[in-house]
Amino acid sequence: MHKTSCYHCGNDCKRDAVYFDELAFCCAGCKTVYEILCSNDLASYYDIEQSPGSIPTVQNGKFNYLDNEVLIEKLYDFIDDEIRIITLYIPGIHCSSCIWVLENLSKLNTAVISSQVNFPKKEVRLVFNPTQTSLKQVVELLSAIGYEPIISLENTTTKKPRVDRTLLYKLGVAGFAFGNIMLLSFPEYFQSDGIWLDTYRPLFRLIIFLTILPTVFYAASDYFVSAYKGLKHRILNIDVPIVLGILVLFLRSTFEIFFDIGQGYFDSLAGFIFFLLLGKIFQQQTYHFLSFERDYKSYFPIAVTKITAEKKESSVSIYDVKKGDVLLIRNNELIPVDGQLLSDHAQIDYSFVTGESAPVTKNCNDQLFAGGKQLQGSIEMEVSHTISQSYLTQLWTNPIFSKKNGRNIKSLTDSISKQFTLIILGIAFFAGLYWYITDIHMVANVVTAVLIVACPCALALSAPFALGNMLRILGRHKIYLKNTATLENLSKIDTVIFDKTGTITTNKTNITYDGIQLSSIEKSAIKSVFRESNHPLSRMLYEHLYEYDLMEVKDYKEITGQGISGLANNQVIQLGAATFVGATKSKTSQTKVFVKFDHEIKGAFVFEHAYRPNLAENFNRLASHFDISILSGDNDGQLQFLQKILPAKTGFFFNQTPENKLNHIKQLQDAGQKVLMIGDGLNDAGALAQSDVGLVISENVNVFSPASDGIIDASQFNAIATLLELSKRTVSIIKYSFTLSILYNLIGMLFAITGNLSPIVAAILMPLSSISIVIFVTIATNILGKKYRKTKPDKYHSSPFLSELDLSHN
Amino acid sequence: MSVIYVLITVSLVIAVIFFMAFISAVRSGQYDDPVTPSIRMLFDNKSKKINENSKPLDKS
Repeated sequence: MHKTSCYHCGNDCKRDAVYFDELAFCCAGCKTVYEILCSNDLASYYDIEQSPGSIPTVQNGKFNYLDNEVLIEKLYDFIDDEIRIITLYIPGIHCSSCIWVLENLSKLNTAVISSQVNFPKKEVRLVFNPTQTSLKQVVELLSAIGYEPIISLENTTTKKPRVDRTLLYKLGVAGFAFGNIMLLSFPEYFQSDGIWLDTYRPLFRLIIFLTILPTVFYAASDYFVSAYKGLKHRILNIDVPIVLGILVLFLRSTFEIFFDIGQGYFDSLAGFIFFLLLGKIFQQQTYHFLSFERDYKSYFPIAVTKITAEKKESSVSIYDVKKGDVLLIRNNELIPVDGQLLSDHAQIDYSFVTGESAPVTKNCNDQLFAGGKQLQGSIEMEVSHTISQSYLTQLWTNPIFSKKNGRNIKSLTDSISKQFTLIILGIAFFAGLYWYITDIHMVANVVTAVLIVACPCALALSAPFALGNMLRILGRHKIYLKNTATLENLSKIDTVIFDKTGTITTNKTNITYDGIQLSSIEKSAIKSVFRESNHPLSRMLYEHLYEYDLMEVKDYKEITGQGISGLANNQVIQLGAATFVGATKSKTSQTKVFVKFDHEIKGAFVFEHAYRPNLAENFNRLASHFDISILSGDNDGQLQFLQKILPAKTGFFFNQTPENKLNHIKQLQDAGQKVLMIGDGLNDAGALAQSDVGLVISENVNVFSPASDGIIDASQFNAIATLLELSKRTVSIIKYSFTLSILYNLIGMLFAITGNLSPIVAAILMPLSSISIVIFVTIATNILGKKYRKTKPDKYHSSPFLSELDLSHN
Repeated sequence: MSVIYVLITVSLVIAVIFFMAFISAVRSGQYDDPVTPSIRMLFDNKSKKINENSKPLDKS
C-alpha cells in the first residue's frame, strides 16, 4: 500500500487524507494548523524541520476556568495592569520548528508582546497585554496550533523554585582565586631568595591572603555545613576529612605567612576547592524536561466545572469541591474526586492510575474513582468524597511521602571515608609521636603536613565523575536517573519487583478474532459499521480492519455502553457487548466485542494485553542474580500464562491495593532486602516511594510518570538487567580509582612524614592526583558505556525524542 | 614606585573585570538554558522577531 505521510505531523495518512494546497494531511486538525500558520506568514515552520507539527486537540470549554481571575492569579510570574508574564509547560515542544513558531506567537496574536522558549525545560515564557487578550485566548491559540500547555494543580500550589545559581558563583570565585594565587605564588616557587623577592614578598602574600578568604569562607561553605551536619549525627562522611584538610591548610598557611616562616599552601588550597566544586557541578546532571517529584497534583486540573442549583456552569477551584456537588466532566477531562455517575453511561480510562489503557464502561449510579479520564462526551457526577479523602489521593497521606530522604543507603564514598579519616588521624598521631621524640620542633610541621596530604581530593572526586558520566551515558540511551545516588543504590539491589499492567505489558492491545471465520465482504461490512462510531473500541477495531473496503451503512444506531448496529450488505449487523447481542457472558475479565449477522452470532473480537517483547528472556537474565516478583492490582486471570513463561522462582501477588504494594515492599525491606520497584501508574506511587530504588517505565517520558528515582523509556525495558549490571561495574570502577588515589596519598605521606612537604610539592601533587583520577574514571566509564551499546541490538528506530536528546548533549 | 606595582594592579583589575563579567553572565541567566540560544541563532533573521526585550522580570 502506498503510504502518504502528513505534511504537518508526519503521521501516516492511511486512507482518508485531506488535501489542501496540493499537500496531504492526515486529519482536518493538521490542515487547520497549516492554514493558520500560512495565512499569518509563518509557513517557514515547515522549512526548518520536516513535518514538525502535532495533531491539535479539539476541546470546547476545557480552558473556561482561565477566565476566573482569582483562580489563575497564582499561575503568573508577574502581574501588572498592562503586562502579564506566565511560564507554560508544553510537552509538545520537540524540535527547532517548535521554538521558531512559539517565539513568533506575536504574529498570531498581536497582544503577545514576546515569547521565549526554554528548550530543555519545554517551557515557553509569555509576556502579553491583558487589556487586549486573555490568558484563555492565548492558551486556546496554543492548543489550536498543536501546542497545548499543561496547567495542573501543581502550578498553583507549589511555589516555583528560583533558579539556583550559587554553585556557579562559587565556582567562579574558586576559579578566580586558583588562577591568581598560582600566578602570584610562582616567584616564590622558583626563587626562594633574593633582594628582588624580599621587596615584593609581603605584597604578594597579602594579595594571596585576601583572595583566599572568600574562597574558603564562601566557595567552600557547603562543605563546612555538610561536615557539621554529619558530625552532629555522628557520621563521618566524606566532607569531614575534606573540611579537616581545608582548615589545616588554611590555618597552617596563615600562620606561616604571618610569622614569615614560609609561603603557605594557598595555591593548593584554592586548586583543591576549585576541583571539588567542578566535581559537584559534574554530578548535577539534570533532565529539565522530566520531573521526578510528581504526585497527583501534577495531573489534576486547577478547576472543575460545577453545575449549580440553578443549572448553570461555573468554574470552582478543585479544593472547594464539596460532598454532594454536581460536576460536569467534559470529553478527555480527568475525574478529580470520587463520586457517583449521574449520566447514563461513561467510558473511563484509568491508565493514569493503573496503566490499564482499555476503557471501562460505567453505568448510571456506578462509583467513579478519582484519576480516571472520561473518553466519550460529557458526563455529570455527584461528589462523594472531597479531593483529600478520595481513594487515590489518600495514598499521599502515608508518611513515606513526607519523609524527604526516607531511604538511606550509605554511599560508598561515605563508608570508605570513615575508615579513611580514622587511619589518617592515626598516622598523624604516630608521626607526631615519632617526631616528638626525635625533634620536637618538627611535630607541628609533620602533623599538619600529614593532614594536608591526606586531604581526600581524589577520593572525593572519583565518585561524582564516575557516576555523573555513567548517568549521562544512560541518558543517551533513554534511561533517565534522578541523581548519582540512584545509580549507586542500584548496585546494591537484590530484589526486583514489577507491576503488571503497563509495566510488563505494553499499552498496545492485541486484537484477535475468535469464532466462525468471516469473509472479506463481511469484514468490510463490519468495518463500515465501526466507522460510524466514536467509541474507543470501535476506533481500534476500525484501525485493525484497515485493509478492507468501505460500504454504505443504513439505519445506524448506537446504544451507549451496549453496542452499535447498522444495515450493510443487506444484513443487520450488531456489534457490542455480550448482553447486547445475546451471547453468554464469559467469566474472564477480557474485553470482547461480539459480532452478530442477522440472527447468527459469528464470534467476538478479543482484546488482550500484549506483553513486552522478550519478557521471558529478560526475566531469565534477572532471575540468575535477583529475587523477582510481580505485584499487581489486577485479578489473577493471567497467572497461569505468566507462570508458564516466567522463571519458576518468580513470586506473584495479585489484587494488591496501592497500600498493599507499599506494605509488601516495607516487609521485604524489614527482612533486609534491597528492593527495586518498577512500576508505571499512580497506584504504584507508594511502592515507588518506599522502595530503595523506584523506577518508572513510560511509553512517553514527557507526559506522565509518578514520583520516582528514574524514568526508563519503554523501548529500553529489556535493558533493566544491563542497567543493574552497569551500576555494579561503575561502582567497581570507583573502587579501583580509590586504590589509585590512596596510592597518591601514600606518596604524599612519604614527603609529609619525613618533613619534606614543600608548598611546590603539594601544588604539583594535588592537581596531578585529582586530574589523573578524573581522567581514569571518565575513560573507564566511557568504555563501559561502549560495551553496553554493543550488547544491545541496535534495532530501535530513532524517534524525534532521540534526536532531541542528542541536541541537548552535544 | 616600581613598575611591578602598576603591573600587579593592572593584572588584578583585568582579572576582576573578567570575574565580574562571569558573574553578570550567570546572573542574566545565560547558563540556565544552554541549548535554546544555540538553535535560535540559526533562524533566518528576516522572519525572526528579536526577543531581546524580554529581560528577566521577577516578581520581587
